[in-house]
Amino acid sequence: MTVLPDLPRGTESARASSGRRTSLGHRARRLPLGPAEWVAAAALLLVVVMAVAPRLLAPGDPLAVSPVDAFSGPSFAHPFGTDESGRGVWTRVVHGAGASLTIGLVATLIGTGLGVALGVLAGLGGRGLAGRATDVGVSRLLEVLFALPGLLLALVVIAFTGPGAVPATIAVGLATAPGYARIVRSQVAAVRRSAMVEAATVLGRHPAVVLWRHVLPNALAPVVVLATLGLGQAVVWASSLSYLGLGSPPPAPEWGAMLSAGRTYLAVAWWMTVFPGLAVVVTAASATVLGRGLARRGRGGTR
Amino acid sequence: MRPRHGRRAGRWLVGRLLGAVFVLWAVATLIFFAIRLVPGDPAEAILGGPGSQASAEALDTVRRQYGLDQPLLVQYLAQLARLATGDLGTSYSLRTDVGRLLLDQLPGTIGLALLALVVAWALAIVTAWWATLSGRVASAVSSGLEVVASAVPHFWLASLLILVFSTELGLLPPVSTGTPAGLVLPVVTLAIPVAGFLGQVTRDSLLDAAATPFALSARARGESPSGLFTRHLLRHAALPGLALSGWAFGSLLSGAVVVESVFARPGLGRTLLGAVTLRDIPLVTGVALVSALAYVLVVALGDLSERAVDPRGRAT
Repeated sequence: MTVLPDLPRGTESARASSGRRTSLGHRARRLPLGPAEWVAAAALLLVVVMAVAPRLLAPGDPLAVSPVDAFSGPSFAHPFGTDESGRGVWTRVVHGAGASLTIGLVATLIGTGLGVALGVLAGLGGRGLAGRATDVGVSRLLEVLFALPGLLLALVVIAFTGPGAVPATIAVGLATAPGYARIVRSQVAAVRRSAMVEAATVLGRHPAVVLWRHVLPNALAPVVVLATLGLGQAVVWASSLSYLGLGSPPPAPEWGAMLSAGRTYLAVAWWMTVFPGLAVVVTAASATVLGRGLARRGRGGTR
Repeated sequence: MRPRHGRRAGRWLVGRLLGAVFVLWAVATLIFFAIRLVPGDPAEAILGGPGSQASAEALDTVRRQYGLDQPLLVQYLAQLARLATGDLGTSYSLRTDVGRLLLDQLPGTIGLALLALVVAWALAIVTAWWATLSGRVASAVSSGLEVVASAVPHFWLASLLILVFSTELGLLPPVSTGTPAGLVLPVVTLAIPVAGFLGQVTRDSLLDAAATPFALSARARGESPSGLFTRHLLRHAALPGLALSGWAFGSLLSGAVVVESVFARPGLGRTLLGAVTLRDIPLVTGVALVSALAYVLVVALGDLSERAVDPRGRAT
């Protein structure tokens, strides 16, 4: 069994994938989701509803200023209190879900897309000199990217692009890509050596068919799980960048930007910090729990 | 130590050194060419960005001064030659030597990260120990705590800790003061998310180890549960975590950016943040190189400690 040292949230799925159970068409035994996974799924569903139809949960305007109500604590009218301009924090948290979730999703898509491309490129190398050179080249590149972990890589990217919601999204995506790439690479390499692929090759299937029909589906199955786990990370990093003033600019209702504004008023208005942060934590933790649940289901084991 | 062993260790060391040099070269190269890929005149950036409205003469002077009028390849080789001698250049925004600046900032950040790493390991081992010794409920609780801990953004955790321990209880200072008390909140903030990750991984492998025949035979010989944990299981369970030490340290370095900025603590992370905001490329390059070097060193150290704990790895 290989333990893959990157993306620790993926260790479960890394194990799932190195077991032989996931390959060969037959389905692993379906496990029912546990109570923790149900709660996580419900929480994520709530966040998605917030993102898709914010008016359903908070009919107010997230940008409407009302100075008279500034800094009032949680009350019936404003369950999460109000901020320095009297805007309801609940309303802004609900309306901020769209921005935060979109940034997280797009960043995860960029990360997995790049990661899969690099990982497949490296994992397929090995036959012939050119293939081996590709593998070594991509692996070295990943090593370099790993040396600038997480936010550091994102910050270096922003040093060139300048701040903003779009650059921050791209930066987070780039920062998560190496982790995905390393796992996909070992995955592709493992599947390529499997008996199933050998059989297909011996049967005279065209290498491209073998790649498309056998290698890729089996190698990429864990990516779905990894992406679920990575979504939480992406949301956290994106909100960190906004908090540092490098993401969405302040008036926009985005969780990180709201937290950044709340920082100034921490001593007078704790609700400005506590509730948007809670939204980030609930989203990230739910994605992690759900991802781990999916990984366990894929493995077909119990723990 | 037999000579064969020594030669193997030597080869390992040389491989690591070459790897480190390669990583540094690649980081420097990537950043050098990335500057040329994005729109914007480097000379303008030196003079304070597009808003500065520098005159054409001033731009020309700067271009000549910084060698920006030379062909790209010449600039690149000159840059590499300068970096090879340890000269990291001059910061655009602070007008000081980047190398000296970073040397001043480095100890604080590295110390913070290492201290947090120790605290994180302690927290992870204590929760894993508690979870294995005391039944299912404890296991479920600690697993929930670990998930939440690893999902918490540093800046939010920092704010909560400041709220509770500084604003409400008045026990600890909300900004770093240089005293040991001022170090507590930053270290704890950095340690908790990493402890969550390490705890998850350690507990999983602890349960794996507890299910092995050697654990059963140790119990059959009359080993107590805590003796089993410390003498037999921990060594096994720590391995995946140790393999993650490099990653953990990296995550601490990246968290330091946030933590140093929240607690107004001078250091590498805060320097990088300032440099990114002002687009101070030499300073960004310097921080990237220094943290990449620190990362490579820590990964090598993690590798060494892994070999020390696991005799199987020494054969290769």
